[in-house]
Amino acid sequence: MNLRVPPSPHDVDLQSPSRRELIKRGGLVVAFMWLGGAGRVWGLPDNARLDPSHPAFAPNAFVRIGNDGSIQLVMPTVEMGQGSYTGQATLLAEELDVGLDQITVEHAPPNRKLYANPLLGDQATGGSTTIRFCWTSLRNAGAAARYMLVAAAAQRWKVDAAQCTVARGVVTHAPTNRTLRYAELADAASKVTMPDKVSPKDPKDFQLIGKPLRRVDTPAKVDGTLPFGIDIRVPGMKVATVRACPTFGGKLASVDDTRARAIPGVLKVVKTDNAVAVIGEHFWAAKQGLEALDITWERGPNASFSTGQLFKDLAEASEHGKPILGREVGHVDNVKGKVVSATYQLPLLAHATMEPINTTVHVRPDSCEIWVGTQVPARCVDVAAKVTGLPPESITVHNQYLGGGFGRRLFEDSVEQAVAIAKQVDFPVKIVWTREEDIAQDRYRPAYYDRISATLDDNGKPIAWTDRTTGASVLATFAPGAMGKNGLDGDLVECSAELPYAIPNMRVDWVRHDMPAGLAVGWWRGVGPTHNVYVVESFVDELAHAAGKDPLAYRRDLLGDNPRARAVLELAAQKAGWGQGQLPPRHGRGVALAAPFGSYLCVVMDVEVTPQGEVIMKRAVAVVDCGWVVNPNTVEAQIQGGMVFGWSAALYSGITLKNGAVEQRNFNDYRVLRLNETPEIEVHIVPSTESPGGIGETGTVMAMPALTNAIFAATGVRIRTLPIDRHALVQDQNALKAVLSDATPADAASGDAAATARRLA
Amino acid sequence: MIVLTINGHDTQVDVPDDMPLLWVLRDVVGLTGTKFGCGIAQCGACTVHLDGQAVRSCVLPASGAVGKKITTIEGIGGTDVGKRVQQAWLGVEVAQCGYCQTGQIMSAAALLAQKPSPTDADIDTAMSGNLCRCGTYVRIRAAIKQAATGTTVVPQTIA
Repeated sequence: MNLRVPPSPHDVDLQSPSRRELIKRGGLVVAFMWLGGAGRVWGLPDNARLDPSHPAFAPNAFVRIGNDGSIQLVMPTVEMGQGSYTGQATLLAEELDVGLDQITVEHAPPNRKLYANPLLGDQATGGSTTIRFCWTSLRNAGAAARYMLVAAAAQRWKVDAAQCTVARGVVTHAPTNRTLRYAELADAASKVTMPDKVSPKDPKDFQLIGKPLRRVDTPAKVDGTLPFGIDIRVPGMKVATVRACPTFGGKLASVDDTRARAIPGVLKVVKTDNAVAVIGEHFWAAKQGLEALDITWERGPNASFSTGQLFKDLAEASEHGKPILGREVGHVDNVKGKVVSATYQLPLLAHATMEPINTTVHVRPDSCEIWVGTQVPARCVDVAAKVTGLPPESITVHNQYLGGGFGRRLFEDSVEQAVAIAKQVDFPVKIVWTREEDIAQDRYRPAYYDRISATLDDNGKPIAWTDRTTGASVLATFAPGAMGKNGLDGDLVECSAELPYAIPNMRVDWVRHDMPAGLAVGWWRGVGPTHNVYVVESFVDELAHAAGKDPLAYRRDLLGDNPRARAVLELAAQKAGWGQGQLPPRHGRGVALAAPFGSYLCVVMDVEVTPQGEVIMKRAVAVVDCGWVVNPNTVEAQIQGGMVFGWSAALYSGITLKNGAVEQRNFNDYRVLRLNETPEIEVHIVPSTESPGGIGETGTVMAMPALTNAIFAATGVRIRTLPIDRHALVQDQNALKAVLSDATPADAASGDAAATARRLA
Repeated sequence: MIVLTINGHDTQVDVPDDMPLLWVLRDVVGLTGTKFGCGIAQCGACTVHLDGQAVRSCVLPASGAVGKKITTIEGIGGTDVGKRVQQAWLGVEVAQCGYCQTGQIMSAAALLAQKPSPTDADIDTAMSGNLCRCGTYVRIRAAIKQAATGTTVVPQTIA
C-alpha cells in the first residue's frame, strides 16, 4: 500500500507550538495526546479491557501502569506472526527500564481515533509499518512514564530526581539506599505534571533494543493453548460453514435444503443475497449439510470471464489505455542506443493463510459481539453496524491472534457475511470457511501486465528507461482518499518509480485496468514492491546480459551515490562467494537488489535446474540494512519466512479463472512451498543507525527475482511470466523420458514419497 | 456413542462414525490445539498421534481411533520426546503466527520417537507434509536437530 500519503504525526516535533493545537483538535495525533496536559483524560472505551475501577496512571493512549504492579501495553497493531507484540513491548520496556516479561500486551480495541496508524490512515496493521509507526511514539511514551514515576519517587523522598536510577521497575535512590516500586508510585505519578519534553535514551544506553529477545507470544504457541479466532468457543455457540456464489458478482437464485436438513446435527440453513450457510452442532454437520445442498446460482455478468481474457484485456489497455504518470526524469524520447524491451506478466494470487477465514458473531436485539482475528478492527465495527443497523457503540470486536494475515485480514468482507448470517439466528454462531471457500473467495493480489524498456549506451549502461505497469488498484477501494491527485495509486509504482540505480532519463507510468465488478482485489504480502521489484530486477538482469556484463558488477556500476544499497550488495557478494568457484552445469547463481519499505536488501541465490525442469533451491544469502534493529531474531525470521512466501508464489501459486470462478480448490492445486524444498537461508544484518525500515514483507519482495535470475544463470531461460512454467526449463525431451525409467520399484515399496519425488525431480 | 482414549483419558462422545477425529477433538471435546487447515490431509495442521504414529485427523474417522491411544498437542508435553521438541521450538524461536506449529510439533515428536537421530532426509520425509505459510521451515529443521542432539544449534542471547 501507499505509505507516503498521510503525514506522520510522530514527525511533529515535541516542542512544536502547533502541537498543542493539534491536541485540542484531537484527531490522529494519538501518540501525543498526553502532551496536551490532559494526560489523565483517557476516554479509553470499556472494551479496552483496562480495569476502570483501578486508579491508575496512564501517561498516554498506549500504556497503563497500575498500582498493582501491572504494566499494560495496549497494542495499536495486531500480532499475526510478524513479531509486532515483541517489538513494541521492547520499545516501551527499554524506556521504562522494565523487563520485557513485566509487560502485558493486549490487542487494541476498535477505536480509530486512538489507534489509527498514521502511515496507513486507519486502524490497520500492514505495509510493514508497525515498528516504523511506533519507533518514536512508544519510546516517548515509555520515557514520559519513566520521568513521571521517577519524579513521584523524588518528591516523596525529597531528593533530586537525577540521583535516582531505575531497574526492572524499581526506583532506587542510592545515596540514601531507598527503593520504591512502580506499583507504589503509579498513583502519585499520575499527579505529576506532564513533561513538556522527554528525551528517549541515547542508543548507546540501549539494554533491550537490538538484542535477540524471545518473542512474548511463543510459549502458548507450542503447547496448543493460544487461541486463534477459529478456536473461540462461547456458551450456546453453534458452528456454520458457507458457500458463496463461485462466480464473482453472482447471486443466490434458489436452494433446495431438503437433504441437508435431514443430516443429523444440521440445525438451520441460512441465506444471504449471494451465499448459503449451514449451521450445525459442529463443523462436520455443517459441512455435510453444505455438501447436500442443491444450489442454483444466478451467475451474473462475469459468467464467461477468464484469466485468458483478463491478460488480453490488460495487454490491450497497456497499448491503448491512458497512462497515469508515476515519475519522469529527464526525457526518454530520442535517446540513441541499443534498445532492450520485455513484457512481464504476474498472476492473481490468493493468501491461503494457514488459519482459514472465520468469524464468531452473536447478534442480540440491542448489541452485536464479534470474535475475529483481523488487521482492521475498526472496519469490522463499521460493517457490523451497517448489516445490523445497530449504532457502532453497541458493537464489540474481540480481536484475536491471527493465524497468518499477509493482507487477507485487511478485508472485512467475511465479517460482513458472518454478521449477515448471525443476525438471522438468536444464538452465537462461529462461521468457518472451508479451505476451498478460503481460496475461492479471497481478495486476490491483482494480475499485472508490465512492459519495460531501456536504451543502453556504448558501455551497456541504461541511459533511458520506461516502465509501464497495467493492472487494478487496490487502494482505490481500500482507501480512495489516499489516491493521488492525478489518479495515481502509488502502490502501482512503488519501487519502480524510485530505483536504487542512477538512470538519467526515466518514465514510469501506470494504466489503470480494474477487475470486473464483483471481483475484488486485495493487498498481498509485499504489495507494490513484490510486483515491481520482480520486474525491475529481472530486467536489470536482462540488461546486464545484453551488455555482456556480470549481473552483480553491472548493478554495482549503476548504483551511483547510494551507500546503503552498495553496502548490502558488497556484503551479499562476499557472503555468497559471488564470482568464486565454478558452478556445475545447470546450476546458477542469481542476485537481486532493492530498497523496499525503507530498508535495503540484496539477496543472492544458488539453484539447480534438473534436466526435467524441476528447480532445486540450494542456498539463499540475504543481506539487509533496515536501520535500527529492534530485534535481530525477528528480522532474521521475517526475512527467512518472507522469502519462503515469495518462492511459493514464484514456483507454484497462481489463481486462474474460468467461467468467472476460481479454478484452484485447496493446497493440492494452490501449492505452496514445503520444508523439503526450502534451501538453507542465511540472513546478515548491516548495522545501521538510520530510522527503522519495514521488515515483514521485504523477504517476499526479494525472493522472486533472486530465484528467477538464478534460474536464468542455470539455464539461459528468462522467466517473464509467473508462476514459473517448468516446461520451459526442460533440457530436452530425452530428459523427460529418462526420468520415468529412473523410477525404481524400490522407491514405491519403501513408501518414501519424498525420496521418490526427489529422484523424479 | 463411542469411547476415545485422548491423552490418557477415556472420553465418551456421541458423534457419527464417519466424523473426522479433528472435529470431534475441536468441536465436541473442546481440544482446540489441533488445527483445521485444509480438510484433505494436504497441510498437516491437524496432526495427532494414534498409538504414537503421526496421522492427519481431518481425514481419520473417529470410529477408526476407537481402542487406540490418541495424543494431541495438549498431551504431547507429557512425553519425554514431546517435551524436548517443545523446548527446542522455544529455544530456536520457531513460531511466527503459530497456527501450524502444533501440527509441526506433533509430526516432529513422532519422527524423533521413531528415529532419535534423524538425517536431513528423514526430516524431509517426516515434515514435508506439514505446511507453514509463515515459512518457518529453516527453524523447524534446526529445532528438530536441537531436540535430537540436545545441542543448541542457534546461538541465542535472551534477556
